Amino acid sequence: MNKRTHSAPRRRGLSFLLDAPYVLWSALFIVIPLVIVVFYSFTDAEDNFTFENISAISNYGTTIRISIEYSVIATLITLVISYPFAYFMTKTSANAQRTQMLLVMLPMWMNLLIRTYAWMNILEKNGIINRFIMLLGGDPLKLLGTPAAVIFGMVYNYLPYMILPIYTVMSKLDPSLLDAASDLGSNAFQRILRVIFPLSVPGVVSGVAMVFVPSISTFYISQKLGSGKILLIGDTVERFIKTSYNYNMGAALSLLLMVIILVCMFVMNRFSSDDEEIVV
Amino acid sequence: MENNIIIELKNISVSFDGEKILDSIDLYIRDKEFVTLLGPSGCGKTTTLRIIGGFLQPEGGEVIFDGKKINGVPAYKRQVNTIFQRYALFPHLNVFDNVAFGLKVRKVPKNVIADKVAEMLELVNLKGFDKRKVSSLSGGQQQRVAIARALAIDPKVLLLDEPLAALDLKLRKDMQNELKNIQQKLGITFIYVTHDQEEALSMSDTIVVMDSGKIQQIGSPTDVYNEPKNAFVADFIGESNILDGVMLRDKFVRFAGADFVCVDSGYSTNENVDVVIRPEDVDVVSPEKAMLRGDVTNVTFKGVYYEIIVDIKGFKWMIQTTRFYEVGQTIGLSIEPNAIHIMKKSEYSGKFGDYSSFSEEYDTLDVNTEEEEDTETQKIDDETEEGLSVE
Ligand SMILES: Nc1ncnc2c1ncn2[C@@H]1O[C@H](COP(=O)(O)OP(=O)(O)O)[C@@H](O)[C@H]1O
Ligand SMILES: [Mg+2]
Repeated sequence: MNKRTHSAPRRRGLSFLLDAPYVLWSALFIVIPLVIVVFYSFTDAEDNFTFENISAISNYGTTIRISIEYSVIATLITLVISYPFAYFMTKTSANAQRTQMLLVMLPMWMNLLIRTYAWMNILEKNGIINRFIMLLGGDPLKLLGTPAAVIFGMVYNYLPYMILPIYTVMSKLDPSLLDAASDLGSNAFQRILRVIFPLSVPGVVSGVAMVFVPSISTFYISQKLGSGKILLIGDTVERFIKTSYNYNMGAALSLLLMVIILVCMFVMNRFSSDDEEIVV
Repeated sequence: MENNIIIELKNISVSFDGEKILDSIDLYIRDKEFVTLLGPSGCGKTTTLRIIGGFLQPEGGEVIFDGKKINGVPAYKRQVNTIFQRYALFPHLNVFDNVAFGLKVRKVPKNVIADKVAEMLELVNLKGFDKRKVSSLSGGQQQRVAIARALAIDPKVLLLDEPLAALDLKLRKDMQNELKNIQQKLGITFIYVTHDQEEALSMSDTIVVMDSGKIQQIGSPTDVYNEPKNAFVADFIGESNILDGVMLRDKFVRFAGADFVCVDSGYSTNENVDVVIRPEDVDVVSPEKAMLRGDVTNVTFKGVYYEIIVDIKGFKWMIQTTRFYEVGQTIGLSIEPNAIHIMKKSEYSGKFGDYSSFSEEYDTLDVNTEEEEDTETQKIDDETEEGLSVE
């Protein structure tokens, strides 16, 4: 009590000082890079204003299309795996839930590079899977370098980011709501459809965002598991910047990526905040 | 009230973690009856409701609905609906869709749903609230939505778990009347849970008094008030002075060192009994003419009457009187035969019905809280002073 009376007027004066690091941080790491990306996108190598980079984006139609395709497919697969997983997780005992949580998070403690290298070894022509197939007398399969391998890589790496938000929302669901639904005549299926699903939409939305965004912008997974043959937007950006030193084209494609992500977020947000639409 | 029994619990037992929560509950409930389960928190009221609702399977015993055993029938197939302790409204649905929930699950045609929801919202005085979000409603309004939602699917029995506990006193009184009116208007059975004895007395046809997982007494409000079965019931419902007594013979009892004529009989000679005397049934008379004499140790003004504590041979009696007596004054008490209620000894004997905590012990408690309050006030004073100096 004592403290409150004292600090209330003081905090108003201090608020600028308290917010300053955050404002500075945002400026340094969010606004300035953004401004630079936009600047590069609309200039040429001599810093002259141009639309050339933007119009050149149309040359990368296939790259853009498969980037969107793969990340959408990966996101859907992740969702289909995660949703029932999270649901059944909440049905187990508190101890079992903690253990499962740990198992889900465990791979996240390992570096993405190391995990992806491990999968390269597993999927290789002479990798574990193919050696096993040959041991059984089959012909080795081409696994590495296929779209399936890239999509698999995305699903594998980003699965925890889908499971966690969905699980969190579901475990917070008030059990008395399910009792009320039963009470009003809903069987198990109707309870899922009419109560659990609509109330878990926020978890699904953030899960989808957290999987789709890194998937569509990845370059590492596609390079390693695609054997360099599958180029996504991220790969193309990386090449422009690292190989051909064309920062302007790289920036233009980055800008496109940002626009795609923003549109996606906007659509998802509309979907989750509109109460009427979700309910069947 | 009709006489056909709609719900019957036979020898129901439940334990959690090896602890008996319900111990051989036997209860039948008539159609269109307003039955109240009354007891202190933790006595097993909610558990009993959950068994009737189908959310919990008893370890032993039978649940019978309309003559049929329904032990294994899941909640969603039972013709029983529940108003949950904290309403359990669906936060993702508006008022209309909450009330319509049960009808939609049953695939009732849209126009029928619209009519029924409108009818229900009118019944609970929430006309025009259709499109409101449930989170924007007050506690009392949420309560009404919960009632409308449960009644929309025409249940035969409505279970209400402390529905008014979260509301303030004024609203609670209004809602008590409203609920009672709704019950009579629709003619359905209410099984109502409360720990508030006044609420139970004023609303119920039948009260089931529970404690520690056991039914202590079943009866009409006047029965349980006038003829409590044991010291627990006598103490829990209303105020009671409960004294050790000896039944000298039929209609003759000795307690507090005097012999009294009473109306009870059927006890063996010299049987030890508990004697209940309600504070309002004691008459204050002049000490010379009195059956009992004692000193006033505490007086509290209650509006219509004074509540006085009288020390009679070390036992503290509570008495209600319209006249004022001073602390320290010696007064005489007179008790009519029909004001004396005799009960058999029970496990609760000696635990209730002495108001010694009202005088001395209460005084010491008072001193403590007063001290605490003093320091509190001081703190606040300090704060305001410092707060002012900051300004
Ligand atoms: N799921 C449960 N697990 C363990 N103990 C429980 C559970 N539900 C209720 N209890 C215990 O059962 C007793 C009765 O609970 P309840 O029926 O809710 O009482 P009331 O509604 O009369 O307050 C309490 O002691 C409570 O702690
Ligand atoms: Mg309860």
